[in-house]
This record gives sequence, C-alpha cells and structure tokens, in this order.
Amino acid sequence: MRPADLASLAGGSLRGHPTRSLLTLLAMAIGVASVIVLSGLTEGARDYVRRQFLSLGTHLLIVLPGRNETHGGPPPLLGSTPEPLTLDDALALTRLAPVRRVAPVVVGNVPVRHGGLEREVTVVGSTAAFLPVRRLRLAQGRFLPPGDAHRARPVGVLGARLRRELFGPGEALGTWLRVQDRRFRVIGVLADTGQALGLDLGDMLVVPVASAQQLFDTDSLFRILVEARDAESVEPAREAVLRTLRRRHDGREDVTVVTQGAMLAAFDRILRALSLAVAGVAAISLVVAGVLTMNVMLVSVAQRTAEIGLLKAVGAADRQVLALILAESASLSGLGALLGLTLAAGVIALERRLFPAFPLAFEPWAVGFATGAALLTGIAFSLLPARRAARLDPVAALAGHA
Amino acid sequence: MIELESVERVFRVGGEAVRALDGVDLTIADGEYAAVMGPSGSGKSTLLHVVGLLDRPSRGRYRLDGVDTTTLGEAQRARLRRERIGFVFQAFHLIPRMTAAENIELPMILAGLPPRERRRRVTRVLRDLGLAERCGHRPDQLSGGQRQRVAIGRAMVMHPGILLADEPTGNLDHRAGAQVMALLERLNREEGITLLVVTHDPAVGGRAERRIDMLDGRIVADRPQRGDPSR
Ligand SMILES: Nc1ncnc2c1ncn2[C@@H]1O[C@H](COP(=O)(O)OP(=O)(O)OP(=O)(O)O)[C@@H](O)[C@H]1O
Ligand SMILES: [Mg+2]
Repeated sequence: MRPADLASLAGGSLRGHPTRSLLTLLAMAIGVASVIVLSGLTEGARDYVRRQFLSLGTHLLIVLPGRNETHGGPPPLLGSTPEPLTLDDALALTRLAPVRRVAPVVVGNVPVRHGGLEREVTVVGSTAAFLPVRRLRLAQGRFLPPGDAHRARPVGVLGARLRRELFGPGEALGTWLRVQDRRFRVIGVLADTGQALGLDLGDMLVVPVASAQQLFDTDSLFRILVEARDAESVEPAREAVLRTLRRRHDGREDVTVVTQGAMLAAFDRILRALSLAVAGVAAISLVVAGVLTMNVMLVSVAQRTAEIGLLKAVGAADRQVLALILAESASLSGLGALLGLTLAAGVIALERRLFPAFPLAFEPWAVGFATGAALLTGIAFSLLPARRAARLDPVAALAGHA
Repeated sequence: MIELESVERVFRVGGEAVRALDGVDLTIADGEYAAVMGPSGSGKSTLLHVVGLLDRPSRGRYRLDGVDTTTLGEAQRARLRRERIGFVFQAFHLIPRMTAAENIELPMILAGLPPRERRRRVTRVLRDLGLAERCGHRPDQLSGGQRQRVAIGRAMVMHPGILLADEPTGNLDHRAGAQVMALLERLNREEGITLLVVTHDPAVGGRAERRIDMLDGRIVADRPQRGDPSR
C-alpha cells in the first residue's frame, strides 16, 4: 500500500465519523496548547526576572556585611560580630582598577512631611553614583551633587510616585520637606521606572549618604553597590573588593560579595526547573488525550468490524490493517497538535496584547515537546486497538461480530 | 485448480464440537462453473471461506494451483486472496462512505497499484457493469442490484482466477438477481474464470454446469448438469 493511499484511506474513515474525530482532535489540541501556554508562562517569568536583573544595571556586584548572608547560615561562633561596612570602605573601593563606580547604600523608613501630608517613606542614602549604577533617570532637576561623600547636605531627590502623592500637580523642585526632624530641599525628581525586584523606586526619597546616616543615627552601610568596568572585570573586581575589605577589616573576611550573574543564575535555575515541572504536569493532559484516542479507536474498530473483515477478504494483510488504524490515530494526534499550536499561538498573542509588561514566551522546545508527545501518545495508545483490528478473524468480522 | 482432500472444519461452541465440514474431498478445475446447494447449516459458506483462504481447515489438505495453502503464512494468504480470489457476498459488504468507484478501487489500493492504472481499470469495470454514470454514487444511493454489481466489479478488478459468490442473489428481486447471475456467467464464459456459487435457489443452482449438494458438512452429491439452456 502506498503511503499517500494509506493517508487518504485513514482520512476517509476519520471523516466518516466527524463528531468522534473532532472530539479527539480537540482533546489533543487542548493538551498541546496547555503544554505550550503553561511553559510559555514560566518561560515568560524567567525572561521577566532576567530583565529585572538587567534593569538593576549590568556588571553589578553587591557587597553585604557578614559572611554568607545569602545562605542564611548562623553568625560565626568564634570571633566578634562582623565589622559593619563603612563609608570609608566604600570610598576605598572606588580606587580599584576593575571598578567603574561605587554607590554606598543606607536604607531606612522615616516619616516625611510636606504641608499637611505626612507619610512613612523609604529613605535611601547614597552618592551621585547611585543614579548610573541603578540605571535610574531623572524627570526633573538634578541628582545628588558629586563631591565629598562625608558632607551631610540637606538635599533630596523624590521618586515619581512620592512626588505625586506629596505635591499633586504642584511644583516640587525647590520646596522643603520635613524628614523626621530635619529639613531637606527637593532638588530633583526621578523618572517613573516601575518596580525592580520588589523595591518600588517610585516611592523613595534619595538623600546624600552622610545625611541618611545622621537620620538613622548609624555609621554603617546597608550595602555597597559596585559596578565593574565590563563583563570581564566582574571577577577581578570581586577579588579586588574582597582583598581590599579584608585588609581594611584587619584580615577578617566578614563581607559577602554577590555578583549579579550568580544571582541571576540561581534564579534562572529555579525557574528553569519550575518550567520543566509545569510542562510535565501539562503533559498529563496529553496522556489523557492519548487514553481518549485509544477509546475512540477501540469504539471505531468495534463499529467497523465488518469493514475490517471485508478489507481482509479483498486481500488486506494483518500488517496493512494495523498500519491503517495507526495512520488514523497518527492523523488525529498530528492534526490535534497542529490545532493546539494554532490555539496556543492565539492565546499567547492575545496575552501579549493584554499584558505587554509580562509577555508569555513562545518556546520552540515546548512546541517540539508538545507535538512529539502528542504524536507519541496518540500512536502508542492506539497500538492496542490497532492490534485488535489486525487480529480479527475475517469470517467472524464479516458477519459483524468479533 | 482447487483441490480439497478430507478437509474438516470443526468449531468449538461451549464444550461441543460442531463439524461444519466433515471430510470434504473436492476438485474444481480452472474455468469450471459449479453451484453449491444444501439446507441451511450444511456447511456451504464454511466451504467457500476455506476455498477463499478466509478460513483454515482444522484437518485435511487444501491445494490451490498446486500450492499447499495450509503451510502458508498470513501475509502470503492475504496476497493470494488479493491476486487470485474474488468474493461476492449476499450482503454486498460495500463500504458505505465510499463511492462506487472507490469501493471498486479498494483491492488495487491494498495491492499498491499506481493511481493511473487504478483509474483506468475502474473506468473500464464500471463501463462493463453498465454503471458508468453511477461511479460517484455511494452505496445508499444505489439499488440492490447495482450494489451487487459494484461488489462484482470490486471482486473482478484484480483479475482473479477464482470468483466465489455466497448467495449473490439472496437479497435481490428476480430481475436484479437474473442480471447479476448473467454478469457472473459472462465472466466465466468470456474470461475463463472459475465460478463457485452458493445458493438456495434451485433456479439459480440449475444454471451451473456442475452441482454440488451438501448435508451436515459432507458432499452428498456432485454431478454435472446440463446447465441453463439459455446460455
Ligand atoms: N464461527 C462459528 N462458530 C460456531 N459454529 C459455526 C461457526 N460458523 C459456522 N458454524 C456452524 O457450522 C455449520 C455450517 O455453517 P455454514 O454457515 O457453513 O452453513 P451454510 O450452509 O452456509 O448455512 P446457510 O445456508 O444458513 O448460510 C452450522 O451448523 C453453523 O452453525
Ligand atoms: Mg451460508
């Protein structure tokens, strides 16, 4: 039998039972579409996280006080508590060759008042380098002035939303805010850049690091952001930072340096595992579709007993009958997969239009996986009905009973 | 040449053995026209199924054109059915979703003939059957006689040497039955095809050159007869 004839015979018998065929097709399509859309969701999440990290600035290193803080281990048993990071630590890092910029960071929540309005606000103390290191943009005015980081100047830069909430349509530049018990003059407003990893930059007030330390009554830093010169400098920068701080802290290694790449890789691993798991769960719907195909083919074989008997009477060998039934289920799952791809493409296109900030990914591997799994389950599950058809006794089958 | 030697076909029903064929010896030469007659349950259809390689004898030997068919595998038997044997059934057994032309084409598809050759033969067969303008009709759009003629076309399209017909006129009225018989007989006369017809109808059975009577799985009479004078 020629392949083209096999296909057209299979197509003919599928068209002979349109409802049954369509239902199986639909089940396959939904299975395939759910694999693609669900893995598109998790892959979309991966992309989202990646973009968030990149929006933090590239070639970034974060210096945290204490060893292995990110691992959540207990504080060291021996020796003193870790020495805090100081502003001079940060300034010492600016002189390192692989380092382009350094932004010390102090963070705290304090009440901010303007006119009759008072709000609890996240105040970030840093230097002029904070703007380029964090990839921020100004909407109005100036950012923190460069110069001596130890000088506690009473100036501040507002996040876009904070500006709206405190000033409404009014002019913010040049006005004085009361921050706790001190007064700060607004010299600039940040452009609205949305959220970055949970920290809402639109809601903060940036002041010089020395001013913030006075506000929070501390000498230490929350962390130090270090921008390496380029991708190749990240590792040398990490080593140089560790060396410098060990020297400055009397030989103790009491800081942790996290590179952006390492963080990204950690998140990426978790999300990759998640997206494979989700694809696996979605693949269960394909197995369900496979079982459905098997049932449909079993019913189809039972209803066509006489026809199969006739095929044998006019000379069909067992293998030809087997091939015919398998061709039918392969066409069902193949067409179902095609329909599922179309469905998934439609859903993803729609979602991208509705939620452009969080686009679903259209993953080639998911498409391949879903299509392959659909064909495989469709054919594997119809081996049983196909074998049953092939083994029918022609005389009994012609009489209409198997 | 069909040669059956002490062929038995035993069915087990529950604990009982039903001897559908009970020691049948039968030789039919190429080009013969024989009618098989006998009461219901006498084993006529079983005989036809064994001869047509749809069924295997439980015991005994069946040689077709000198080849012992009992030693052949399933694929070889299917091939012989495809190339040497044509079947015509009382219930027509046409595939309902296929047109007359497609039903006739089916054995050639299974045999893997190229589409061009298939179309050529289908056209020719439909014309010979007087069904040329019915080629696109499905079985439910045809009369009983037309359906049986399509079934004969399907049986003949591979040019088999043997045509086996199990009560071909059983579902037809007198006129359509006569037409169908005339068609079968013409194939026997003009193409030299071996024709074996099972029938209950003495008028139909009386037309053959040879009459085989069966009873309880045995051949009880086997004699030449004059055949229909109109032939
Ligand atoms: N698959 C089967 N299982 C059990 N018994 C069977 C089977 N096929 C046929 N028989 C029995 O074998 C015997 C011969 O049956 P067969 O169909 O050959 O008779 P027949 O001469 O064709 O009868 P009819 O004229 O009614 O068609 C009958 O007793 C029948 O019941
Ligand atoms: Mg019978």
